[in-house]
Amino acid sequence: MTAELAGGQVVIELVYLIASVLFILSLKWMSSPTTARHGIWAGEVGMLLAICGTLLRHGIVDYRLIAIGLVLGTIIGVPLGRVAMTAVPQRTALSHAFGALCVTLVGSAEFYLRSPDISRFMMSVLSLEVILGGLTVTGSLMAAGKLQEILPQRPLTYKGQNLVNFVLLTCALAIAISLVLHPEFRSLFPFMILIALAFGVLLIIPIGGADMPTVISLLNGYAGLSAAAMGFVLDSKLLIIAGALDGSSGLILSIIMSKAMNRSFTNVLFGAFGQVQASAAAGEEARPVHSATPEEAAAILSAANRVIVVPGYGMAVAQAQHKVRELYDALTKRGVDVRFAIHPVAGRMPGHMNVLLAEADIPYDRLIEMEEINSDFPQTDVALVIGANDVTNPAARSDTSSPIYGMPILDVDKAHTVMVIKRSMNPGFAGIDNPLYYLDNTLMLFGDAKAFVGSIVRELSGGHG
Amino acid sequence: MNSSSNLINALFIFVLAGFIGFEVIRRVSPLLHTPLMSLTNALDAIAVVGAIVLVGEHKSTLSAVFGFIAVVAATSNIVGGFLITDRMLKMFKSSRPAAKPAAKSVGQ
Repeated sequence: MTAELAGGQVVIELVYLIASVLFILSLKWMSSPTTARHGIWAGEVGMLLAICGTLLRHGIVDYRLIAIGLVLGTIIGVPLGRVAMTAVPQRTALSHAFGALCVTLVGSAEFYLRSPDISRFMMSVLSLEVILGGLTVTGSLMAAGKLQEILPQRPLTYKGQNLVNFVLLTCALAIAISLVLHPEFRSLFPFMILIALAFGVLLIIPIGGADMPTVISLLNGYAGLSAAAMGFVLDSKLLIIAGALDGSSGLILSIIMSKAMNRSFTNVLFGAFGQVQASAAAGEEARPVHSATPEEAAAILSAANRVIVVPGYGMAVAQAQHKVRELYDALTKRGVDVRFAIHPVAGRMPGHMNVLLAEADIPYDRLIEMEEINSDFPQTDVALVIGANDVTNPAARSDTSSPIYGMPILDVDKAHTVMVIKRSMNPGFAGIDNPLYYLDNTLMLFGDAKAFVGSIVRELSGGHG
Repeated sequence: MNSSSNLINALFIFVLAGFIGFEVIRRVSPLLHTPLMSLTNALDAIAVVGAIVLVGEHKSTLSAVFGFIAVVAATSNIVGGFLITDRMLKMFKSSRPAAKPAAKSVGQ
């Protein structure tokens, strides 16, 4: 086969090989924050090489249109690279949609250029490419809409939902099979795309905001797999490798997220999550809680040796990150050991909470994962919960009737004192009551997270002089 | 060209790259999962090469139009993806002072 390649092609293939190596190195360097920025550099160089290599291909005649496309893409891309850190999840969902759009369009164009002269295997892969691509386009747009709160965040369910989805998917597959057997039925192709697009919408409709970290990861995986399928169609090894890397990344993150929410792997693969929390907040009787003022909270915190802060997305909603950093500084100055416990699903996408805290200048070596920090809670003087709820709910450990039973949680209740900053006693996002709030060692700090942390900081600095 | 052996080659590459992906990404610190996703997103936009070929070869109007939109979509992912990943990674700082010579105290 090598003998058939002209000299120029060999050079291009070698450039692609270097780009592939750089892509793998790029991901390898992401293993630690100290090397991660080399990773970007490697990725950028690889990308530049691959694009330049492609432009050298001798079949290319129209450079003007390519240039316009690249410029236009850059104009759109720059603002997307400058969004606020709280908006990163919807930006990511949007970029999954863009990536899948590219793959679906290229796949469709290839179909019309090649059919009916398409081998069965090629047509199968092409169908896979455009079905996965199509459902990722609309699914990601839906997810982005929900995250941006353009669309309602609560899950929308209707009777026979699973049946409708199943029938749709079967139709798409039936069309794909007929196209594999008869690639000359070109008029069927648009229907396959339309069904895939509709399926993407219906797939995300029943999913609530709390499940978004899993959904985004899953869509990431789909986008990667569709790109890999495109690599098969175009016989591009570089694309197969990039798609496989992206696909496995999405898959791994979905598995981590689903474990963190106690959902099975099959649930993730078939996207059948989000319908679990049907049970309402029962037990209306008002149980007594202990509450405390900012002055009392400040006194307890300054007397502590070890404090663990448990941030949740509510902290980001209240824009309290920077006040939390001031609290961290004030306590650290007094010699208190302050660390942050990060639940895998804290935030709206994998790792989101770390980014939000890093943006507030909290050193990353103070951000500790759940598995690592859970054993430290019994030796901790104060656990301060800010804007987190379900991930601290001890019912997940003990109450088999709880909808979140079995979900791994942060064992804050084992700390000597637990302080929870919360607006009111209303149950949280998922509508599940949290027994943590009624424990004897729990103090409820009622108020807006940003204002309350602010007053604690004022108390601490005032007392210090 | 023997197309079935090409497909088998492609399958080998896919499976092996998948294994590399699993092993490499398993080692990524959960700290960096958000930048990881935006980075893989940018890398995935390498699909732009397929789109560039479609536009450049201009075999039909449909393929050129589809290709053009695809180039725009993928390029915005490349540019936006690398930009935001870089912005995020810049924010991750260690509390150990050795990293920077004159870090704090100079500011406001």
